[in-house]
Order: sequence, then structure tokens, then C-alpha cells
Amino acid sequence: MSVTDAPPAPPASTGPQTRKPSTRKRLVPYWLLLPGILWLLVFFALPMVYQASTSVQTGSLEKGFEVTWHFRTYWDALADYYPQFVRSLLYAGTATVLCLLLGYPLAYLIAFKAGRARNLVLVLVIAPFFTSFLIRTLAWKTILADGGTVVDVLNTLHVLDVTSWLGWTEGDRVLATPMAVVCGLTYNFLPFMILPLYTSLERIDGRLHEAAGDLYATPATTFRKVTFPLSMPGVVSGTLLTFIPASGDYVNAELLGSTDTKMVGSVIQTQFLRVLDYPTAAALSFILMAVVLFAVTVYIRRSGTEDLV
Amino acid sequence: MTQQQTAGGDVRLTGISKTYGSFTAVHPLDLTVPQGTFFALLGASGCGKTTTLRMIAGLEDATTGTVSLGGSDITDLPPYRRPVNTVFQSYALFPHLDVTENIAFGLRRRGVKSVKKQVGEMLDLVQLGDFARRRPHQLSGGQQQRVAVARALINHPQVLLLDEPLGALDLKLRRQMQLELKRIQTEVGITFIHVTHDQEEAMTMADTVAVMNGGRVEQLGAPADLYENPQTTFVANFLGTSNLIEAEVVSADTDVTVSAGGGTLRLPAGRCSAPTARGGRLLLGVRPEKLSLTRADEAGTIAAGRNRVTGRIVDSSFIGVSTQYVVESPAGKALQCYEQNVEHRTGLTPGAEVVLHWNPAHTFGLDAAQDIAAGVESVEDPA
Repeated sequence: MSVTDAPPAPPASTGPQTRKPSTRKRLVPYWLLLPGILWLLVFFALPMVYQASTSVQTGSLEKGFEVTWHFRTYWDALADYYPQFVRSLLYAGTATVLCLLLGYPLAYLIAFKAGRARNLVLVLVIAPFFTSFLIRTLAWKTILADGGTVVDVLNTLHVLDVTSWLGWTEGDRVLATPMAVVCGLTYNFLPFMILPLYTSLERIDGRLHEAAGDLYATPATTFRKVTFPLSMPGVVSGTLLTFIPASGDYVNAELLGSTDTKMVGSVIQTQFLRVLDYPTAAALSFILMAVVLFAVTVYIRRSGTEDLV
Repeated sequence: MTQQQTAGGDVRLTGISKTYGSFTAVHPLDLTVPQGTFFALLGASGCGKTTTLRMIAGLEDATTGTVSLGGSDITDLPPYRRPVNTVFQSYALFPHLDVTENIAFGLRRRGVKSVKKQVGEMLDLVQLGDFARRRPHQLSGGQQQRVAVARALINHPQVLLLDEPLGALDLKLRRQMQLELKRIQTEVGITFIHVTHDQEEAMTMADTVAVMNGGRVEQLGAPADLYENPQTTFVANFLGTSNLIEAEVVSADTDVTVSAGGGTLRLPAGRCSAPTARGGRLLLGVRPEKLSLTRADEAGTIAAGRNRVTGRIVDSSFIGVSTQYVVESPAGKALQCYEQNVEHRTGLTPGAEVVLHWNPAHTFGLDAAQDIAAGVESVEDPA
């Protein structure tokens, strides 16, 4: 092989070979982002700005509303409706805890013990979504109806005596009580708890369980020290996916509850659509958003899941 | 760390077996691992070596048989009640705990309150003092491996089980860790049972090697003994390389004389594990590095009393320290010969007529009823 056959040396004129990536290529990420950004602008950012301005307007439906920077609306809304706020957080919190208690064992079972039935069970978890949210909640109305089987059984077992004493039910009624609303919330949001839990449990390497057992951890300790800490990302996202929508939900409170179990979602809905007091409704929406954001931030900080993969 | 803490005794497997449905992973097997030895279970993947190890750890229930440790039966104890610890193949370090807490895990489970001193000692032993607060994913493969060893050793187990602990490391690091593990074992004096598919690893580290194949122990012994005196074709081929020649017994005395490929060869009767009835068939084996190569026209210089096979070089490859020749002869199609590159040799090119000769004392005899190629592929292709 002669010298001239050696690998080609860099060409003398480096001009056209070393050009920078074209402008078109550099813009590709932005083009890809564009549809999503437009969507967010039109359906999220603009309405938010509009809502924010509504919340500081005064006026009436007949004379029209105008921005007067009337921040007092926030204070009044909070003063008038704080019981509903507290109730919303309480109901949503209770439902979230119930979802976690019901969902964790099920997610654990699907992830580690279901074997070949795993996909079937997962489909069953998602199955309720094939029916409308509203219809499913209406079905609960029938299930919990006065004199129905569920109420009869609970009555016979004297469960209702206990729950009535706790203030969760009233006499031999379940419908139109806090318990009915919490049951409805728990039922409706359970899949949102199970799926993230399942995902994070399923990712745990089974050999870690063996390693823990090998290092003198009983099955219970293994769960406490290895499985549960490693499933924290699922616990956090599951509770968020349950708590956030549950705290703003009004369908369950409307259909399964009474005026005494109204949640803040129902109040906002009533203010917007029936009372037509737009500023108060908008102010309530923002307060709810702020409360939830605050609660979530504190929760994520406390649970310390940032450095879990 | 003293011998007293690890005093216990031998690991004794009695008739232990494991079946999954109709598949037998481990055939009933008896094995005794003396206390304080470095014992290797060697075999290709799927030979049952890991299953055997897991049955000792308690991670797998034995279908039949018992596991005992220092005289007490531990067959029915769950893993967390057994005084053994395992170094897992992929280390299985806890990703949510740092190095210190990973190492302290076993101590904490047993209610040891002050773990700091012991963890510090362990970190020094595996030379990871600067990494105490790192998470496993911030460590390299070799470092993770050492954490896994420290996490197991800190409990002073009576037996340390190692399941292919070096499999994920690159060659250079593997050699280094082999020496390090051997050093640690000598230092702490705990029984190590090491599972590997790497015959070189088993031979360099272990005092005793059990070669497993198809759920059975083929042969057990010291590395040199296994290498020099294989009892089966699998061992002969799996541990290094062997030239196996089909032969027929002519006569048997202190030496067995056989005929193969038109010539006669001899081997010591003491190294023949096959029946030596006259006219019977056996496989004659010799290691490639025991063979010498002489050009056919210089055959007169070969000392008397050596085994000779004439043939023709069909391939040669120079690998620095030695040259490997493949010789075709009536006795065998592809006899391998490794010649040290001590002097420059001429005329040993493919096509050359040559005589292979060797000291009959290096010859071994195997039962001809076996598969002559058993264990050939698995050395280079453990997958």
C-alpha cells in the first residue's frame, strides 16, 4: 500500500464541511413543543388570567362586572365558606388514606403475587373507566339507598350504631351522610392510587427481598425497611393523584351527600352556575388552588422522595 | 476478627436435590465443605450450581435431602435464621440506603446498636473508606461488588456464599477482585462457597473445586488434581483443553498399552479411570501443553519411551508466549499442541509433516462410553 492510499487527510478547504447545524435543525424542539404550548395557552393560561381578573371585579349581572381590585372578595369567600374548605380537605384526606390502605395490598398483590393473572387484575382495576364517572356514582346511590341490602347488613351488624356515634352516618341512613361521600370519593379515585403504586412496586428488584432476608430481616422487616421505602415514589404520586382531584370534586358530594356534606367544589359550581356570583366563585377557585399547592409542596418536601430514582 | 467468631463447622449437603415440575435442576447430591476452605462450584449456566448455592442460603427449598451446618440441620430454617450470608450476582444493594447503611443492614436487623466501629472496619477491609456516604448508583461496578462483600462479611457468617460475584466486571477488574477476595478469605478465615462458570477463576481462587454438569457433581478435588487427572470427558474439556484420542486396549499392567490410529501409546494404569480389559475401548487424553512437536525428518532425535503420534500441521497461531498448533493425524483430526516460544523453530508451518510426542506419565485414560465433546463449547460461551 503506497502512502497516497492512506486514509484521506482532512480536505484543504474546510469551509463547506464544517458548517454549523442548520437553523432549521435547531428549531425542531420548539416546533415539537408548539402544539402543546398553544393548547396550554388557550385552554389554561388565558382562562387563568381571565379567572384572576374576574376574582377582583365587582358589579352585577345586569350592570356588568369591572375590575376594581376588590381583594376583599377573597376574605369574604373564605369567611363564608371555610367550613366547606375544611370539609373538602378532610373528606379528600380521608378518602386518600382509605385509597392507600385499600390500594397498597392490591398493588402489592398484582406486582409480586399475581403471576399470570397480573394483566387480568390490572384490566379489572381499570375496568370502571369503561363506564361514565357520573353513572358509577349514581349506582352508588342505589347501593347505599335507605333500606337497601348494604344498609340492612350494616344495621344488623350494628356498624351503623358506631358510625352514627362517630357522626359519619345518621341513624339508619348511609346515603346523604359524610360516609357516603367519602365512600364515593374512595371508590372513584382508587384506580389513580393503585396504578402508580403498582408501577413503583413492580420496578423493585425481587433480589432485594432475597438480600434483605439473607441479612436477617424477617418478611415484615423486609417490607418496612426495603419494600415500602422503595415504593415511596408510587405512594407520593398515588396520594397526589387521589387527593388533588378529590379535594376539588363536587359530583360525589352532590349525588351522595346532603347540604351538610357540601364540599368546596359544589360551592364553586353553585356560585358560578346558579348564584351567578362570578367574583366569589373565581376567588374560591384560587383559594382552593393555593391551599392544594401549599399542601402538596409541604407533603413532597416531607416525604423526601427527590433522590429516589 | 478472630477464628472463634466463625467457629462452627462444615457445610454438609446430604442427598439434596431440586426439581421444578418435571425438570431436575439438581440431582440428589452429597457434598461436604470443610470449615475455613475456599470452595468453588464450577459449571456452565444451567448446571445447577446456583440452585445448590441458593438451597444452602435458604432462598430455595430443597426437594429432598438436608443441609447441615456444623452438625445442626438448617434445612427448614428460613434464610433470615441461617448463619450464612450471600453476595448476589448483581450485588442487590439497597438503592435507597448509602454504603454505610447497606453494610450495617444485617447488624441492625440483629439489634446491634452501635454499628459505627464495625462498619468502619469493614470499609477499611474492602478499601472503601471514602465512599461511606455514597449511594450504590454513585459507585462503579467494582466498588459495588466490594460493598456487597462487606455487607455480607460484617455479620461474621459461618459461611459466605458468592453467586458469580465477579460476572459483571470486566476482565482486568475481575482478576484484581479475585486476588482481593482470596486475600479477604485468608484474612477472615470464613468458609467461602463460590459459584462461577469461569474455570480460571475457580482454579486461581479455590482450595477445592466441584465441577458440576447437568445437575450433578462430575468431579471434586484440588484445582491441580482436577486439571491433571480429569475423571470424565466433561471435566477434561471444561477445565482447559484436552486432546482426547479414541483407543483400544492392547495390554494392561502397571502401564496400559493401547493402539490408536495405527500406532501404540502407553499410559500409567493409575491414571486410567476406564476399564482396561484387553480389546476394550477407552479415551486417551493428554493436555496440549504436554505435547512436543518435532519435524518428521528429525524424528530420530526423539527420546525413546515417549508416546508418538505422526501427523500434519493444519493450522498454527502465534500468541506471543506460545504458539498453538493444530495437527491432523490418524489418531485424531484436530490435536492441539501449545509450544512455548523458547527458541525460533523452522519448518513448523501448516502442511508440514510432524511427530507429536510426550511423556506417557502425562497421559490419562477415560471411559469411552462418554460424549467425547462434552463441555467443549461452554468455556468460552457461558451464556
